[in-house]
This record gives sequence, C-alpha cells and structure tokens, in this order.
Amino acid sequence: MLGSFDFDVIRRSLPYLFVDGMTFTLTLTALSALGGLVFGTLIALMRLSGFKLLGRIAGLYVDFMRSLPLVLVIFWFYFLVPYIGQWLTGASRPIGVGAFASSLITFIMFEAAYFSEIMRAGIQSIPRGQPAAASALGLTYAQSMRYVVLPQAFRNMLPVLLTQTIVLFQDTSLVYVLSIPDFLGAASKVAQRDGRLVEMYLFAAAVYFTISCLASFGVRRLQARIAIVR
Amino acid sequence: MIELRHVDKWYGPTFQALKDCTTSVAKGEVVVVCGPSGSGKSTLIKCVNALEPIQGGEIILDGIKVNDPKTDLPKLRARVGMVFQHFELFPHLRIIDNLCLAQEKVLGRKHDEALAKAVKLLDRVGLREQAKKYPAELSGGQQQRVAIARALAMDPVAMLFDEPTSALDPEMISEVLDVMVNLARDGMTMMVVTHEMGFASKVAHRVIFMDQGEIVEDALKADFFGKPRSDRAQKFLSKILQH
Repeated sequence: MLGSFDFDVIRRSLPYLFVDGMTFTLTLTALSALGGLVFGTLIALMRLSGFKLLGRIAGLYVDFMRSLPLVLVIFWFYFLVPYIGQWLTGASRPIGVGAFASSLITFIMFEAAYFSEIMRAGIQSIPRGQPAAASALGLTYAQSMRYVVLPQAFRNMLPVLLTQTIVLFQDTSLVYVLSIPDFLGAASKVAQRDGRLVEMYLFAAAVYFTISCLASFGVRRLQARIAIVR
Repeated sequence: MIELRHVDKWYGPTFQALKDCTTSVAKGEVVVVCGPSGSGKSTLIKCVNALEPIQGGEIILDGIKVNDPKTDLPKLRARVGMVFQHFELFPHLRIIDNLCLAQEKVLGRKHDEALAKAVKLLDRVGLREQAKKYPAELSGGQQQRVAIARALAMDPVAMLFDEPTSALDPEMISEVLDVMVNLARDGMTMMVVTHEMGFASKVAHRVIFMDQGEIVEDALKADFFGKPRSDRAQKFLSKILQH
C-alpha cells in the first residue's frame, strides 16, 4: 500500500513549508505568547487588586474568553475587526486589517485570558510576608510587584507558561480557517494541489509532534534547573 | 518617637485584636513587648508602620500621624526598619542585592553608594563573605542577620522586631541577639516583640506585657521582673522563666 505513496512531494515542498509556513507559525506563536503574557499579567493584577470593579471586569473577560471556541473567535474577529475599525475611526468603509494582524490580536486576547490565570496562581503562591517586607522597606505597591512579587511569580510559573505556549503553538494552526499559509495551511495547500493528502497531513502531524515533544522535554529540564530553593 | 494612643484594631466585625492600647517608645529607648501567643503583640507592632490598618485611636511615628489617609505611607515606612519572624529576604536576589534594592528604588541612592553601604553593614553583622550568595544558601541565623542589615541600610530612625528569633534553631538565636544587643547599645530606638527574657533583662528599658489584645502591664524593666503587678503577667513569667 505504501508503494502508491509519493513521499517526494514532501521533499519538493520543504522550502515552502518551512521558510513560509513554519516562519509564520513560529512568529505568530512567539508574538502571541509575549503579548498574552504582558496583557495576562495586567489582567491578573487587576483581578488581585483591591478595586472590586477592576477585578470584576477582568474576571468577566477571562470567563468570556474561556467560554468560546478559539476557532470561532478567530473567524468572528477577522470579519468584525474591519467594522470596529471603521466605527472607531469614522471611516467611510471597513478598514482592512490583514489576516496576520487580525489573527495576532485574536491570539493575544485569547492567550491573555489563559496566561492571566497562570500568573494569578503564581502571584498568589508568593508568601504574604514578601510584599509585607517590600512595603516595610518603603517600596510602593507598584515597586513591590515589579521588583519582588512578579519576578518570583514569573520564575515559579515559567514551566506552566511554556507548556501553555506549546499548546498555543499547536493552536495557531487554526488560522488555516482564514486561508493563511501557516505551517499546516501550507501543507494543506500542497496536499490539495498535488492530490497528496495522506502524505502531507502525516508529515505535518509528525512535525508538530516532534517540535512539541522536544519543547516539552526542554521545559522539564528547565524546571529542574530554575526552581527557587526556599 | 513612637506614640500609640487608644489604638483599636478589629479583624472582621467580631474579633477585636487590639483594645485601647496606649504606650510610647522614646528616642533611644528599647521596649520589649511580650505576652502569650494570640495576645496581639505582633499585630501591635505591625500597626506601628501601618502594615496593618487600625480602626480607632491614633499612632504617631516621628511626629507623623500614621493612620492619617494623607500620610505618604511608603515614605514613612522607609524611615522605620522592620525585621520579621520568617526573615522575608527576597529569594530571587543575591544577599547584596537584597540590601541594595530599597536603597536605590526608594531612597534614590546611586548603585555605588548603596553597594558601599551594603558591604559596610554586612561587615557589621559578620556576613561580608556571603554577599554573592542567595538567601537559601544561608542558615536561618545568617538570614536574619542579613534581614537586620537590610533594614539598617535605610538609615532608619527606629527598628521594629517581630519575634526575630522564634523561627530559629536554638543554636542560632544568640548570633541574632548579639547583633540586636549591639544595636541597642549604639542607641537605636527599638520595639521588640520577643520571648527572649534574657535579651529583655540585658538591654530593655521597659517591658510591655499584653494579653487578649490589651496592654496589661507597661513597666520599667526592673519593676516588671521584680514585682509584676498583674496576676496574668506573674503567671506568664513563672511559666517562661522556670525552665
């Protein structure tokens, strides 16, 4: 049966798959993780702040984002953002945003919800005496967060944050619904053009599997090394 | 230097942790606060630099009202040092950076200046060799000495100690008490929550005894150890001194 397979199609499309596809996938993953971490930390700080209203808003946001299928948000955002842009700027026609920008914003918003829960757990894992000691030295709330609490929370949570980033790496393949040539999208295009669905999808699966596995292994090694001794 | 007038403190609507506490610590005075656990002594000392808010009365620290909403608390806290039961060194920073952080971020000192101060103080508590280590690499007694040095680096006008030796193994208690005794002899204003009666009898000027959120006894050291007036203080002393 394998005899009828044409594995050479993979070799021929390698430059396209990796130079175009994988570059896009990795760029989207890295930028989304970074943006998600920044906004997620802000959301976590809002939830933990003494201001009830801020906390409620952040809580609603997180619940809302976690209650929707990601692929739906990607779709919805892609078609809606031009109209929101038009409404915000008062332009006469919908504003073209581009598939990359649209999907990046979507992933940042989505990941912010997940990263915020991780950072919240991380911040809460820091003993109360730490911010108390920082306050006693005269540090303001913002300084205490920046120099004492967040660096420790971030370090404690780094393995979980990276694991979530591996999930994100796989989830970015959902942008194929916008016909963007990410790695999976590129593989899918070649597959349909050459009628080699099985080969290409097998290969795509193998690549995702290998990268994710290696990354997980790396995270476990890192975890053992960076744990703060108390 | 430190004035507490009719201080009331509640945890929730039902539990009153401090009841009408009035006392003071003069400049250069060393006051030891003791009492059974749950008597409110740690709460009392945490109210002095507003780590715990109070609901009634007033606290005046070096002429500034602590429980005034207009008071710049970070600025005020920077002027009183505090040492905690569990040291609370910042575990992600080296010892030297533990001493420099607040000097630079709060007092705005240049790094070189902060560093020089830090080294001098580490020398004073006998830990200059440990500057490049992380807190977890030090023993409990060493960590607490670093914590004292960290507080002193801010040039505080007074020092608050919240059970500084309670979390230490017995053989490490004296190295911390030695540092505190020297500090007291140098004329530092100190308010010390502790069960170390040896320390109290050596350097304290006054002893405050608390029970159930009240200041039961506030007496000169000689009077307190000689003839405590209240039954509760007598009972407490007989329990902790008989061993």
